[in-house]
This record gives sequence, C-alpha cells and structure tokens, in this order.
Amino acid sequence: MSKRIAISAAAVVILVALPLVLSSYQLSLLTKMLIFGIFAMSLDLLLGYAGLPSLGHAAYFGIAAYTVGLLALRVANNFWLDFPAGLLIAGGVSALFGLFALRARGSYFLMITLALGQVLWGIAFGWRSLTGGDDGLPSVPRPRLPLPWSLTEGVPFYYFVLACFVAAIGLLALIVSSPFGRALVGIRESERRMEVLGYDVWRYKYVAFILAGLFAGLAGNLFVYFNGFVSPSYLNILFSASALLMVILGGAGTLVGPAIGAAVIVALENVISAYMERWVLVLGVIYVLVTLFAPAGLVGLVRQRWERSRG
Amino acid sequence: MTFWVTQALNGISFGMLLFLLAAGLSLIYGLMRMLNLAHGSYYILGGYIGLAVVHATGSFVLAAVAATAVVTVVGVVMERFFLRRFPEQELPQALLTFGFLLIFADLSLWLWGGTPQTLPKPEIFERSIRFGAVVFPTYRLFVIGIGLVVGLGLWWLQEGTRLGAMIRAGVDDAEMARGTGVNVGLLSTAVFAFGAFLAGLGGIIGGPFVGVYPGADFEILEMALVVVIIGGLGSLKGAFVGGLVVGLLDNFGKALFPELALFTVFAPMAVILALRPTGLFGAR
Repeated sequence: MSKRIAISAAAVVILVALPLVLSSYQLSLLTKMLIFGIFAMSLDLLLGYAGLPSLGHAAYFGIAAYTVGLLALRVANNFWLDFPAGLLIAGGVSALFGLFALRARGSYFLMITLALGQVLWGIAFGWRSLTGGDDGLPSVPRPRLPLPWSLTEGVPFYYFVLACFVAAIGLLALIVSSPFGRALVGIRESERRMEVLGYDVWRYKYVAFILAGLFAGLAGNLFVYFNGFVSPSYLNILFSASALLMVILGGAGTLVGPAIGAAVIVALENVISAYMERWVLVLGVIYVLVTLFAPAGLVGLVRQRWERSRG
Repeated sequence: MTFWVTQALNGISFGMLLFLLAAGLSLIYGLMRMLNLAHGSYYILGGYIGLAVVHATGSFVLAAVAATAVVTVVGVVMERFFLRRFPEQELPQALLTFGFLLIFADLSLWLWGGTPQTLPKPEIFERSIRFGAVVFPTYRLFVIGIGLVVGLGLWWLQEGTRLGAMIRAGVDDAEMARGTGVNVGLLSTAVFAFGAFLAGLGGIIGGPFVGVYPGADFEILEMALVVVIIGGLGSLKGAFVGGLVVGLLDNFGKALFPELALFTVFAPMAVILALRPTGLFGAR
C-alpha cells in the first residue's frame, strides 16, 4: 500500500514538473491526455467494475460539452453557472438513459447504449438552429476564475485540468474501494449471488451508471474549454468506441490503466497522423491487435511479467 | 394522397433493404450470440465492388455475383480466424468487429475515394409505372420483390428444411445440438457467411437508391441494429416486421420532420424497449 502511495506521489510530482520541460504543443497534448484519461476512467467504473460494456459513453461527455458551450456562448461565460450545469445535464441524461439501458444485458446492453448515444448525436447533427449542426459551436471561451493566472494560457489551464484529473482519480479510487465499489465487483462476477445476499443489484448498477455519466461530463466540460469548440463528433460512436479501446488497452478494472490507455491512444494518433493519412486504418488494426493479444491490457501485461519474474 | 402512397412505397422498399441486413445480423446473433458491428461494412464493400464490376463489364448481374462472392469470403475469414476465438464474449466481439469496421471504412475510402456514388440500375428497371396519380419507379418495386422473395426463402429454409431445423436447434441450445451430431462449428461459419452474403446483396440492391459513400457502413448498421432491437434478436419475423417499421418511420420522419430525422426512428425504439426489452418477437 505504501508503495502505491509512493508511486502515485511520484506520478503527481512528475505531472506537476512536466510544464517546465515541455513545449507548448507537447503540453497541450498532455492536457488532452489527462482529459481523455478522466473520460476513460469514468467508463472503467462501468466496464471494469460493474461489468457494463457501454458503447454510448460519449453521450455524457458530449452533452456536457454542448451544455457548457451553449451556456458560455449564448447565456454567460460564468464558470460557476456553466460548469455545474454541464455536470448536472450529464448526470441527468445518464439517469434517464440508465433507466432504458439497465433493462438489458450483454449484447443488448451494447446495442442499446449505442442507439441511445446516437439519439443525441442525431439531435446535435439535425437541430442546426440550436447546435449549429455539423459545423458545431465555434469559439467557446475559456472560463474566468478568481485566480491570478488566466486560463487562456496553456500552463495555467494545464494545472487546472491536472487538478481536476487528480480530484477525479482520487474520488474514483475512493468509490471503487468503498463497500459500494466492492459490491459492484461482486455484481460483475455474479449478479445472482449478490441478489441472494440481499443486494439491490439494479440500484447499484444505476448509481454506477449515473456516476460514470457525471465523470464523463467532467471530461466533456474540460474538453470544450480546452478545444474552444463542440461538434457532433463529441457524441459519435467512434468516440464511444475509442473510450472502450482505451479502457481495454490500459486494463479494465484498474482505473490507472485506462488513463494510460487514453494517453497511449492520444499519442499514437498524434504521431501516426503526422506521418500518414491512414490513421483510421491503423486504429482499426489496433482494435484487432489489442483484442487478440492484450485482453488484460497493458497493466495486465506488466503484472504478468512482474509475477513471472518473481517466479 | 400521392405523397402518402409514394412515401409509403419508398419506406417499404427501404425497409426491405434493412431486412436483408437485419436478417443476417439477427441469425448470426441467434446462433452464435455474436454481435457483428462490421455488418454494415459488408454493405459498402458489396456496393463498391459491384460498382467496379459494373464499370468494367456493364453487367449488373455479374456485379451482383462478384460482390456477394467477395463479401461472403470476407465473412468466412472473419468468422473462422477471428470471431471464433471469442464465443459468447460480447465485449471482445464488439471491439474486434469495430476494428474491422474501421479497417474496411478506411480501405474503401482509400480505394474508391470519398465521393458518394450510386450504382446504375439494371436497364429493365429504369422505367417508372403509373397507378392513377402515383408514379413509382419500377426499381423500388423490384427491391420490394427481392425482400419478399428473400423473406419467404428464409422462412422456408428455417421451417421446412433439415438445415433450418439444425439452425433452430443451434439457436435454442448449441450444446444439445452438438450432442445430437450437428456440426455447430461448420453451421456457424455457414450462417455467418450467409449473413455476409445477404448484406453484400444489400449493397448491390441498395446501391442504386441509397448509394455507397463513406459513412454508409455505419448508417446502415445503425438502422439494422434498431431493426433487430425492435424486432428481437434471433427472430426472422422480427427482422422483417422491424425492417418495415423502421423503413417507414425513417421515410416519413425525413419527409415530415427533417430536423428530427433520426429521432423519429430512435424514440419509438426506446418506447418499445421500455415495454419489451427483448423486442417484439425476441425470446423472453
């Protein structure tokens, strides 16, 4: 346990120190990794702990981003209004969608979450007068906070995102190690057994679904400030699927793994699309390779090797 | 009146196209509990290969044969060498088939470019016929005819033949079917190949009126998924009825409420799901 604390502390120190050595471009890449890391971890709560493979997780990320974008552009660029509103809407939509999705399991759950996500995508795409349709909402301003540094600068914004990331991973770690989180794992392993033990399985899953939506919404909030732009692609199946890939690539049920998975995918996309046009093709191959050769993820591979070396 | 009749016929013909895709998706799921997200890719592969053959030879029939043959082989390879490793594991199946969806999408974009294209109709279906005030292209009627023929053929195959009995046995209880001497592995490959064949045929049939373009793979997949969600996975009847329902909803939705086009398909789906989570005809 103390070893884990030491590693976490070292990671935080490195993340705090990195702006000193990174170029502004590299820093913005790192910021993006942290935001997608929050998103991937939020899905891990569902997939890795509750065993619910959502293929529509971008819905909560996207709806939060649209909420913040619309409020900041049309109502007021007020952090204390826009930011909580984004979280509230993301939580509300996941509470609504959860009612439908949790009636299903297995492949049905995948399909239904996919279809529900596409409902929002369809609205964002079709309702041009509100959402700008395919063109999205450009030039969303960054928030003004009562801080001595302006968040329009790369470094202060990075620290703002890092603070959110640390808070998110801390809260999620608390959640998964709490009795509630242990019950989720129990449900993942055997729903029937948990029912017999007297757990209200549906309620546990429903709360997990809403919590996952809230953390996805946090990532969406941050991303719209980061990019200054929202478009239907935030709600897209491609994005939902890539969240699944990040979780599996890093290692489902490990929390840190999915954040690493997110960083790897963001880095690969950046490197590969700089050299060739066929990033989507490569991404497709990554899906296939990860499924075939690394089902337990990078964290799983490392663990395996470590255990083997200890005999 | 003309509006309603024309839109209804358009909706039914689109519904028949969706049936071709949903039938395969549904049978594959029924027998193997396998969700194939690359099913829509067979549609665009069929369409693009058909287009290439039509341009080279001018023959629609040859195009149909070549396209469905290639797509069937692709299906066999995917099932035998990849999907077979993950029986009843929905997440690896979803990731794997989504990977294939991306690979096929980008390869098609690379090979055939990003411009939307339509397949030329066979010459005998270039005309339109008139019923009173309603003018209707014969090609759409041909599509409806194909849908009915495939539907009846599948129904006969499933209910009236030994092969169908084996498939039904496999759907109900694969373990028992294996015990009675059915080669479930071979049967699975055959059903998967047949599903791919139908989807490839869909690309040829849909090519002249829906067209082929980047993104069509996913749009068609999504519609076919809604069809099987509404109709119930594993049910042929569900795929047929669901196809009609979704085809009509989509057509009238686009005609009457263009801003909410997708919504008119997804909202009824959500209602049906809330009432019957396994769809209209799915096993409870």
